[in-house]
Amino acid sequence: MPALRVIKRDEPWRGGALAIVLGALAFSLGAGILMLAAQGKSPVQGAVVLWQGTFGNVFALEDALRKSVPIFLCSLGVAVAFRMQVWNIGAEGQFALGAIGATWAALTFPGLPKIVLLPVMFLAALLAGGLWALIPAWLKLKLKVSEIITTLMLNYIAILLLDYLVFGVWKDPTSFGFPMTPEFSPAAILGPIGGTRLHWGFAVCLVAGVGLWAFFRFTLLGYELKAGGEGARVARYAGLPYGFLVGFVMTVSGALAGLAGCVETSAVLGRLQPSLMAGYGYTAIVVAWLARLEPLPIALASFLLAVLRVGVENLQLEMQIPAAYGMIMEGLILLSVLAGQFFQTFRLGRREG
Amino acid sequence: MDWGILVALLAAAVQSGTPVLFATLGEMLSEKGGVLNLGVEGMMSVAALAAFLTAYFTGSPWLGFLAGGLAGACLASLHGVICVGFLGNQVVSGLALTILGLGLTHFFGTPYIGLAAPGFSKFAVPGLADLPVLGGILFRQDALVYVSYVLPVAFWFFLQRTRPGLAVRAVGEMPAAVAAAGLHPLRLRLFAAVAGGFLVGLGGAYLSLAYTHLWTNGLSAGRGWIAVALVIFAFWRPGRAVAGAYLFGGVMAFQLRLQATGTNLPSSLLLMLPYALTVLVLALSAWRGRGADAPAALGVNIEPEG
Repeated sequence: MPALRVIKRDEPWRGGALAIVLGALAFSLGAGILMLAAQGKSPVQGAVVLWQGTFGNVFALEDALRKSVPIFLCSLGVAVAFRMQVWNIGAEGQFALGAIGATWAALTFPGLPKIVLLPVMFLAALLAGGLWALIPAWLKLKLKVSEIITTLMLNYIAILLLDYLVFGVWKDPTSFGFPMTPEFSPAAILGPIGGTRLHWGFAVCLVAGVGLWAFFRFTLLGYELKAGGEGARVARYAGLPYGFLVGFVMTVSGALAGLAGCVETSAVLGRLQPSLMAGYGYTAIVVAWLARLEPLPIALASFLLAVLRVGVENLQLEMQIPAAYGMIMEGLILLSVLAGQFFQTFRLGRREG
Repeated sequence: MDWGILVALLAAAVQSGTPVLFATLGEMLSEKGGVLNLGVEGMMSVAALAAFLTAYFTGSPWLGFLAGGLAGACLASLHGVICVGFLGNQVVSGLALTILGLGLTHFFGTPYIGLAAPGFSKFAVPGLADLPVLGGILFRQDALVYVSYVLPVAFWFFLQRTRPGLAVRAVGEMPAAVAAAGLHPLRLRLFAAVAGGFLVGLGGAYLSLAYTHLWTNGLSAGRGWIAVALVIFAFWRPGRAVAGAYLFGGVMAFQLRLQATGTNLPSSLLLMLPYALTVLVLALSAWRGRGADAPAALGVNIEPEG
C-alpha cells in the first residue's frame, strides 16, 4: 500500500481558497440534505424545496438580500476584531444593544423630523454597540480576562436586557400583552429604495464596506491589521499601544454590529421585539471565517448564508423541518472549511523511501 | 431563614452544580492536553438528547448516561480531528461545534419535547445521610451526584500520579518535548480532547436524566460556557473546579427559588445572574493574577514536519 504523507507546500495553493469554500459548501449541503432522511423526509424533495426557496424565485432572492444586511454588517465587525486575534464573539449582543440604543432614540424623540431622528438613532446604536464591546476590551486589558468568555456572557445578558425592556418598561400598552414596543413614528423608519422591497440599509452596508476596505487598503494601521497576526506584533509595527488597538478594534467591531441592530429594527421591524434576535451575530462569525476576513468576500458570503436561511425557512414551511436545520448547515460549513483550509498550506504526497 | 431551608438550598446547589462540574472537568482535561474546546455548550446539549433518547428507548438510565458520554466524545473527536489533524483554528472550530451541536439537538429533539424518560432518583446513603447538616446536603442525592464526588479525586490522581496523565500534561505544555521522548503528541492530544468530551457528555446526560426527567430543548442554557469559564477560574485544578461548580449551582438554585416564591424582580433580570457572575468571577480571579497557570501550549496546534 503506497503510504501518504503530509508535505508543506512551497507556496500557498493559488485559487485554493475558493476551491475549499466551494468544496465545503457542496459537502455540507450534501450531508445536510441526506440528514433529512433521518427525519423520514425525502432528501430529493428537500433539495427541490430548498432550490425553489432560494434561487428558484425572485421573492426569495429579495428576502435573502434583506437578510444579508445584518449578517454583512456584523460580519465586518467580527472580521476587524478577528484580524487582530481579538476573539469578539459578542456580535449577537452588540447587535441587540444597537437595536436598544436606536429604539431608545426613536421612543424618546418621536417628534423629530426624519432627517434628524435617523442620524440620532444611528449614533445611539453605534455608541451602544461600541460601548458594550468596550466592556470585554477593558476587562481583557486591565485584568487579562479572556474576551471569548466575556463577549459570550454579554450576549446572554444583552438578550435578557432586550427581553426586560420589551416585556417591561417599553412594552406597548395596546399590544394585548405581546412583548413589543409601540410602533416607531414614520420619522424613525428607514424606508424602502424606490418601489422595491429592499431598504436603505443597503446604502449603510455600502458605506461601511467601502469605508472598511479603504481603511485596510490606505491606512498604515489598516494595513497592519490586514497583514494580521498576533495583536502585540501589529501594535509594535503600527507604533501604537496594544491597549489602544484592542479598544479600537473592539469598539469598531461593536459599533458595526450595533449599526446592524439599528438598521434591522428600523427598516425591517419598525419596532423592538424579541424576534429581532435571529442569531445573525453567530452567522456573522461563520461568514467572516468563510470570507477569510476580507470585506468583498464577506459581502458574497453574507448573501450566500442569507440565501441558505431563506431556503431553510421554505423547508420549514413546506416540509415542517425544524428551523435548527439552518444551524446544522452553518456548523457543518464552518467545520468543513476549517478542515479544508489545511490543504492551502499542506498537500498530500507519496512517502519516499 | 431557618436551617431546613438553608440545607435544602445547599442540596439544590450541589445538584445544579453537578452537570457543570462534569463539564468543567471534561474541558479541563482537554485543555490540559493543549486542546481548547469551545464546543462544550453544543456537546452538553447533544449529550443531553442522546442520553434522554437512549434512556427513553431502552428504559435504562445508566445506558443513557453512557450514551451521553459517548455523544460528547463523538463531537469532541470531530473537534480533535479538525484541530489536531487539520490544524484548524481551535477557537473557531469550537464555536462551529457549538452551533452544530445546538442545531442537531433542536433538529432531532423537537419531536420529543414534553416526553419523560426513566432517570435517576434521589436516595439516602445509609449512615451518611443521617449526619447533621452535611447528610442532608451531600448524601440525599441521586447516584450521579455520588459519582461526581469521586470524579475530581480520580481526575487529580490520573493527571498527577500516572504516566499517561503526565504525558497528557506534557503535551499541553511542550509538545516538542513529548515527541523527543518518543511519545506521540498528536495521539495524546486527540486522547485528551476525546476523553474530555466524554466527561462533558456525562454532564449533559445529567441534565436530561437527573436534573429534569422531561425533554425540553435548550437544557444546556449556557452551562457549557460557564464550564469553559470555570476552568479558568479554577486555574486548571480539579479542587477549585468543585468549588466553582457548586458556587454556580448555588446561584442557579437561588435564582430558581426566588422565581418560585414570586418576587417582584422581573425574571429576565434574575436570569442574568449566572452570566453576570461568570464575568465577575473571572475578573476577580484574574485580578489575583493567576493567568499564568494555563497550559503553555493551550490553543496552539502542532505543525507536521516536512
